[in-house]
Amino acid sequence: MASVPRSFLLLSIIPTILILCADFACCNTGRKTGDGLDTDFSGFSVPLEHSFEVDDVSRFRMRGALQLRGGRETSVSLSQSQLSEEDRKTLKEVAAVDGLYKIRVPRVSLTDRQTERQMDGYLTAFVRACSLVESHLSDVITLHTDVSGYLIGVSIVTIPGACRGTEVEDEVDLEAFNTTLTIIAPTNAPQPETALFIERMDIEHEKRGKPQEQKSFFAKYWYLILGGAIFLMASSSAQPSAGGAEEQQS
Amino acid sequence: MYRPSLVVTFTKKSSVKMAKLTSLFVILLSFFCISEAVFEDQVGKFDWRQQYVGKTLFAHFESNTQSSKKMFVATDKNIFASFNSRTGDLLWRHVDKTGPEGSIDILLLHGQDALMVVGDGRLLRSWDTNIGGLNWEAVLDTGSFQAACFVAIQDTVKLVAVLKKAAISLHYLSNGHQKWVENLPDSDAVQYQAVYSGGEEEVYVLGVVPNSHLTIIAYSLEDGEIIKQVTTLALCVVVGQGVLMCVDPATLALYTLPIQAEETPEFSQILLQVLYLSPTVFPGFQPVLVSSQPHPARSPLSEFFLQLGPDHHVLLQLNADGYTIAPLRDFQPVHIQSFIYFCLFNIACAINLFSVDSGRRLLDTTVLFPLEPNGGKPHTLYVHAFLKKDDSVGYRVLVQTQDHALTFIQQPGRVVWTREEALADVVTMEMVDLPLTGTQAELEGEFGKKADGLFPMVLKRLSSQVTLLQAWLAHLWKLFYEARKPRSQVKNEVTIETLSRDEFNLQKMMVMVTASGKLFGIDSKSGSILWKHYLENVQPNAAFKLIVQRTTAHFPHPPQCTLLIKDKDTGLATLHVFNPIFGRKSHIALPALPRPILQSLLLPVIDQDYAKVLLLVDDQYKVTAFPSTKNVLQQLQEMASSIFFYLIRSDQGNLSGFRLRKDLSTERIWEVVLPTEVQKIVAVKGKRPNEHVHSQGRVMGDRSVLYKYLNPNLLAVVTESTDTHPERAFVGVFLVDGVTGRIIHEAVQRKARGPVHFVHSENWVVYEYWNTKSRRNEFSVLELFEGTELYNSTVFSSLDRPHLPQVLQQTYIFPSPITTMEATLTEKGITSRHLLVGLPSGAILSLPKMFLDPRRPEVVTEHSREENLIPYAPEMPIRTEWFINYNQTVARVKGIYTAPSGLESTCLVVAYGLDIYQTRVYPSKQFDVLKDDYDYVLISSVLFALFFATMISKRLAQVKLLNRAWR
Repeated sequence: MASVPRSFLLLSIIPTILILCADFACCNTGRKTGDGLDTDFSGFSVPLEHSFEVDDVSRFRMRGALQLRGGRETSVSLSQSQLSEEDRKTLKEVAAVDGLYKIRVPRVSLTDRQTERQMDGYLTAFVRACSLVESHLSDVITLHTDVSGYLIGVSIVTIPGACRGTEVEDEVDLEAFNTTLTIIAPTNAPQPETALFIERMDIEHEKRGKPQEQKSFFAKYWYLILGGAIFLMASSSAQPSAGGAEEQQS
Repeated sequence: MYRPSLVVTFTKKSSVKMAKLTSLFVILLSFFCISEAVFEDQVGKFDWRQQYVGKTLFAHFESNTQSSKKMFVATDKNIFASFNSRTGDLLWRHVDKTGPEGSIDILLLHGQDALMVVGDGRLLRSWDTNIGGLNWEAVLDTGSFQAACFVAIQDTVKLVAVLKKAAISLHYLSNGHQKWVENLPDSDAVQYQAVYSGGEEEVYVLGVVPNSHLTIIAYSLEDGEIIKQVTTLALCVVVGQGVLMCVDPATLALYTLPIQAEETPEFSQILLQVLYLSPTVFPGFQPVLVSSQPHPARSPLSEFFLQLGPDHHVLLQLNADGYTIAPLRDFQPVHIQSFIYFCLFNIACAINLFSVDSGRRLLDTTVLFPLEPNGGKPHTLYVHAFLKKDDSVGYRVLVQTQDHALTFIQQPGRVVWTREEALADVVTMEMVDLPLTGTQAELEGEFGKKADGLFPMVLKRLSSQVTLLQAWLAHLWKLFYEARKPRSQVKNEVTIETLSRDEFNLQKMMVMVTASGKLFGIDSKSGSILWKHYLENVQPNAAFKLIVQRTTAHFPHPPQCTLLIKDKDTGLATLHVFNPIFGRKSHIALPALPRPILQSLLLPVIDQDYAKVLLLVDDQYKVTAFPSTKNVLQQLQEMASSIFFYLIRSDQGNLSGFRLRKDLSTERIWEVVLPTEVQKIVAVKGKRPNEHVHSQGRVMGDRSVLYKYLNPNLLAVVTESTDTHPERAFVGVFLVDGVTGRIIHEAVQRKARGPVHFVHSENWVVYEYWNTKSRRNEFSVLELFEGTELYNSTVFSSLDRPHLPQVLQQTYIFPSPITTMEATLTEKGITSRHLLVGLPSGAILSLPKMFLDPRRPEVVTEHSREENLIPYAPEMPIRTEWFINYNQTVARVKGIYTAPSGLESTCLVVAYGLDIYQTRVYPSKQFDVLKDDYDYVLISSVLFALFFATMISKRLAQVKLLNRAWR
């Protein structure tokens, strides 16, 4: 089990860093994002802690540090150390009894640095320890923020996520985390698409061609009326006594 | 106040014509037009409505004659209504605004006019009592309402006086115009309480300065001038010819004062001891005087009551000289109204009529009426007394009990009718299947019991077959017997004994829980109340949760419902376990719940008696199981690690998840916090546990399948921003996995605010909100898809779904505000879904889910046409044919309950609010039912004809073949 040379391990302290941004919150927090650009350019770090115990009582230890950068381009990166040999052993034991692997981050605000200290409490998430072991510590940690940049939740999943009971023989697989880290801000729900719809209706209208203008009765049948009138005039000239009345009737 | 009238469209069977098909859109729409409408001859066949008014605050009878049929009530639900006193039917009803704006302060009745002060003295209204029309409405000056009375001039009532906190105004009865208004002097210190007019030229206003004295101001009727002003002692009423009668608890004496006297009046003291009354003086002794003024143009009666204790009254009479008092009768164990009744042993109540002149009991006026064993005690009596033709006194009594029921009783103690007004405020309900008939149950029971040898089993089988045959013969005989009778006489009376499940399970028992704490069992087919049970000692602000622990499917075990009643202030909960079919309380040992309950959850785990296990989580996160037999505890221990639950504290914005441990303690495993300074959680909804989804995915135009994300643990959390500025307000929708706490989706609807109504079902969430920018109501639909491949097609586990689903969303304009929303539910989930939307107008709209589909394309393509997707239109149509309750509007819809029936096509719907409306809906038409006018004769005759034709032609062919062979 412990046959891997130590010196080899030291070389691989390169944590996986992934930066992903999904922040659309620029329309209503204009003031706050402005502040963020000024002050939070350097970013700050918060601890990421984890806990895995056989008796399921939480004892959180340091796992790494999250580098958070607020402002217009919210970004996050993670620097974390390897699991010690003792930790590896505990993790495998916890996995064997179907225990939980929990992580937690403190509640912070990405934009408003003043209020950060006033918020207490942590955001917690968990994953089954066995799935973490079987996935060789490849996990996906997602941080969720709300509209004003507060961290509201954290989640952790492993890929693959199932526990199939396969033994992890190789200790190397349990040394370094292979973490994918994302930060997700709320998406804006769509508004009713009235403009597009009207545009489409207009196009359809044009396609069909302009509808025939509603001509008035006289405009349509002027030649008939004229013809009728001439005919009546002609006939009335033959019988001048009844002419006026017939013209009115038409 | 006035509902917009509803346009009702009946599609006549004969006149259904296919619309001219011009485009796909039109085809689809016309399809819905035909499928949704109610045929004229179907009205009332599958649906019923019951109208209620609520708890009565004021009741008046039309006139003091025996033949009068009308009575008028004003209730706590801001409703003014008229009943037919013979039948208890509603003649008319006016539903005003909810809340204090529409609250009825007083109801006065004079002749044909009913006067009403509404909204704490905001409006004065006059109604025509014959037809219920509004005569006039007058806006009153601001100020909280105190009292009102009619004012008569020369024996005719022409005016009404309204007393406010700081002003008195007089209005003409004929048109509501104000005659005069006067400010009351010293209105900061004096609490003006009563207004009195005795038919003379003055109006008297009585005001109290607490712990000091009483002020009487007389106003001139003509111009509102103050004629005189007197200050006296406290606690007074007007008795007889304008004599003010006061009682002073300190000196134990009565004081009389003629208020209309010319000179400065003086009090004359009469000690109670002189009247041989020796009240037991205890620390809070507070004598109360009650007097009665039968006609506003006359003086009050000179007889009055002195209440000495909670149930001790003395009838006294003021003698003609105006200074001496004679005791008439001492009533020891009574409650009094203007007339008197007393209760005997709580089993039956007796009402007696006493003459006020002498205090003697009138002969033959005793009415005994039994109290229902599971009902409330009498609370208020309204007596309608009249002179019969032979000049003897007759009366009828309207009794209001604590459970908000109104009972009308005629003289020999006959209950004429009962109205269960508690049903005007239904809090929650469930529908329970009816039990099988006796013979069916016997057959079922045969399989339930353990096998005891071959021979007894055969015997048992034979005997049950014989009983079945007997039942069938009896049924045939009944059919034959009833066939000879005219159809109208054949009536199937539903009683609790004859209840049994029908062929398609369309008839169910509706168990309704009302805010007053009264439970009802209602037959869903007819709407008749089959049982009722009043729970005493239920706090008015209690929260209820109704849980069906055992359905009717487990014969011989009776079905079992549990009602969790939680006091909102203390959080302490009690359980009421009952049989939902008969309403009887079951005698199961209940768990002790000493700590406030935070959450309750029904597990799919069943005990040996087939009851589902209910887990109750208290504020120390300890779990109590009910039932808690050894079997259950053992099962719980085995399953503990897979039992997760969540708690939501909306005041802290905290959502947290817990896992059960083997020792029934819990551990917190996840936590999500929504900062309360940004947004507050307004509602959380999971999915309904009895919901079935038939298809796993949707077949798209190119024949590939888009799989639905069907997470049974998904929670929809809706928040509203604390910032209410129209530009910055938003509504947040979070989809959270209830097991892992993972936020699956997080969307923000900008420039929006509540109230948010939403439905969460299958793989979609539909929510409705108010758009603050465009000032309109909008619907938004979210659908979740896994994509074209399933991660794990056999089983869903929240712990093993690493990929987030694809979320599609679309928003539409809805041209009406809504009050409630629910989705239809069917047995297997094959039928397409509809949304049932309760509108403020009282209509219930059945909106096809097809219109709320985020995949509706902007531009029509070949694929979308293949899929039958309707092209996107920003405005959602409201078609009058979609109103499932045609003109049977349901006032103030509060909730809609849907239940599946035995037929896949049919969904049972109950809408409740002020009224209760039950109907059936067929979202995909009745595809599994033959029509009523199905031509059996034609089909079978064609079938037989074809059969014989084949026979004959076969024979002919044979003969022909034979002949050819011979040739």
